[in-house]
Amino acid sequence: MTADQVKRAADAIAAEGTLVAPKVPTGLRRVPGGVDALATEHLVVNMGPQHPSTHGVLHILLELDGEEIIAAEASLGYLHRGIEKLAEHRRYHQIGTLLDRADYVSGFHTEWAYSMAVERLAEIEVPARAEWIRALMSELNRIASHLLWLGTFGMDTGAMGPFLYIMRDREALLDIFETVSGARMMFNYVRPGGVVMDFPLQAEPLIRAFLDTWDGYLDEYHDLLTGNEIFRPRVKGIGVIPRSTAVAFGMTGACLRGSGLPWDLRKTRPYGPYAELDFEVPLGTTGDNWDRYMVRMEEMRWAARLARQLLDGLPEGDFTAKVPKVLRPPAGEVYAAVESPRGELGVHILSDGSDVPYRLRLRSPALFNLSVVDEVLPGSLIADAVVTVGSLDIVLGEIDR
Amino acid sequence: MSPGVLALVSALAALGLMLANGVVLIYMLRKVLAHFHLRLGPMRVGWHGLLQTPADVLKLLTKEDFDPSATDLWLFRLAPFMVFVPSFMAYLAIPFSDSLSFTPLDTGVLYTLAALALVPVGILAAGWASNSKWSLIGGMRAAAQQIAYEVPLLLSVIGVVMIAGSLDMSEIVKAQQGTWLGFIPRWFVIPQFGGFLLFLIAALAELNQTPFDMSVAESELVEGFANEYSGMKFAFFFLAEFSNSFVVSALAVTCFFGGWLLPWVPIDLPVWVDVAVFLTKTYLCIFVLMWIRGTLPRIRIDQLLSLGWKGLIPAGLAWVLLTGVVVKLVP
Repeated sequence: MTADQVKRAADAIAAEGTLVAPKVPTGLRRVPGGVDALATEHLVVNMGPQHPSTHGVLHILLELDGEEIIAAEASLGYLHRGIEKLAEHRRYHQIGTLLDRADYVSGFHTEWAYSMAVERLAEIEVPARAEWIRALMSELNRIASHLLWLGTFGMDTGAMGPFLYIMRDREALLDIFETVSGARMMFNYVRPGGVVMDFPLQAEPLIRAFLDTWDGYLDEYHDLLTGNEIFRPRVKGIGVIPRSTAVAFGMTGACLRGSGLPWDLRKTRPYGPYAELDFEVPLGTTGDNWDRYMVRMEEMRWAARLARQLLDGLPEGDFTAKVPKVLRPPAGEVYAAVESPRGELGVHILSDGSDVPYRLRLRSPALFNLSVVDEVLPGSLIADAVVTVGSLDIVLGEIDR
Repeated sequence: MSPGVLALVSALAALGLMLANGVVLIYMLRKVLAHFHLRLGPMRVGWHGLLQTPADVLKLLTKEDFDPSATDLWLFRLAPFMVFVPSFMAYLAIPFSDSLSFTPLDTGVLYTLAALALVPVGILAAGWASNSKWSLIGGMRAAAQQIAYEVPLLLSVIGVVMIAGSLDMSEIVKAQQGTWLGFIPRWFVIPQFGGFLLFLIAALAELNQTPFDMSVAESELVEGFANEYSGMKFAFFFLAEFSNSFVVSALAVTCFFGGWLLPWVPIDLPVWVDVAVFLTKTYLCIFVLMWIRGTLPRIRIDQLLSLGWKGLIPAGLAWVLLTGVVVKLVP
């Protein structure tokens, strides 16, 4: 139904400029001055690709009745760089660099998913220390990613302040990433077999200093937004995604858990060291923006606790397995997934036994999460649409690839 | 001097104040917001970025005066002035001291509010003339918001007017002389605290300020009604916005915080002290507005309208009734 309306809107745009043909309620036909005097038209607006709150280059076609959304359709592909195709022409060791640029906000997760897939394919045994370092960096990266989401989500509701506050903490995290991996965003640190270099001595005090201040900072964000009487009615009861819809659209991550389904790969299919760690998965109940917000806020707290456990229990040993300079995994097919900040981030590799993958595909959680907008946005206002899209935590680099 | 020359001089002086205020407020806004946001603001051009605003003004002046092709051209060009002129007019009745105002008016409060009420007409015109969908939505929002919040703004100062017994702003200030119990200044903010709260909320909406910046709402409407404007035409909107902040703050100071009066000191101070006190109070008020702007998220348009119609207007009427009864009972 909604797709139909959008298609009609798009056809009308193509046919006659900008406006959809007016829909005239039958009750108006006897109005003096004719029907045209009172006829109203739906307005079709393009939200994006150049719009401050579409988090990059998302383009949403909105059909509006006043400020109310009648139909919505997300239009993708503005950031398509052909990462999956390019991967078919890179050796296995070279692909991490590409995948870093898919989800540029949480690079460690993408690298880990890819490395896990290659390791399963080539049957490489990864040393425990490498897995723990990966998990540690992933959890810190989860905080950094959720922080960026929090800031932009605040901006979507009109609050400038939180965005600049989160930059303070994200900066500390990026410094840690730089100390460990040498890069602030495109790490290329997790590689098939382990990590590229050992966990440096000077990183530990940095991480501990961050973790010591973190709970206080998180409380500060709760003060800034959570308790705010303007913020709460903007998110509570808005953008409700029922559990069945979330499952039907293949949503994962905080969006799914916000709808109340306890599905977290770290718990349900433990990988790396997660089976040995003690943590909880926060859950929402109704699946509105508020639940997704609270789930992510709580996840940040748990991520910090996980990071502390990982740092305390970091085993000694090798940081990487012995991996040949040119990897030629046997022919076959493999799928490996990690719980990224956005959900189930999977890498599917088809190998023909050569030194490059025959086909590589990324299961991008944000793409599945975003697909729900056509269903959820109609009936809400423009202002709610902005907040709802913000609550899905999309990264266009990962969606378009 | 003949009355004509005097009027011209005071109009020019008001214009000068308006422009100077714009320059000061742009710098102040940048610095204040920056420090609320844990950053520094402009630091490069001049000492602590002092010359940043003049540089930006020069940039705006030298920009091409560009009209998008699909606009309603005359209205598009006229709209910045439809916003600018009323906010300029609003300066005229503000009393800076006992003897100093641009034009003393018997109905100063009413006049100032009436002048401010004309501003959204220009905003609506700008949104309409831009012939852009986002601008149109912004303009419509401004109109709806203004109709909803004009009434509570007026109701909020009626209590003050009733106590002072005059619409003349100088008289209102003079009614706030002296102290209670020897140390509490007789400012109307104390007996009229409810009125002040109403005034604060309605004034924020009137100024299109966060949390009520509906017609701009950059995360929703990009730049709202001003989407298609650039260069000096945009600067006029900007200037009017800053000047409105000043006028509304001056109104708040006059009606609720004793205008140019300093408590606990003799009242016959030199004029320059009065003016300095008045300006200091006004800029403190503006600082509070910026504080709110740096902290709060934005309310939604339907929540805004229902707050206005269902909350503020009944509350304002009740407050006026209460004040009236009390004024009658306690002479």
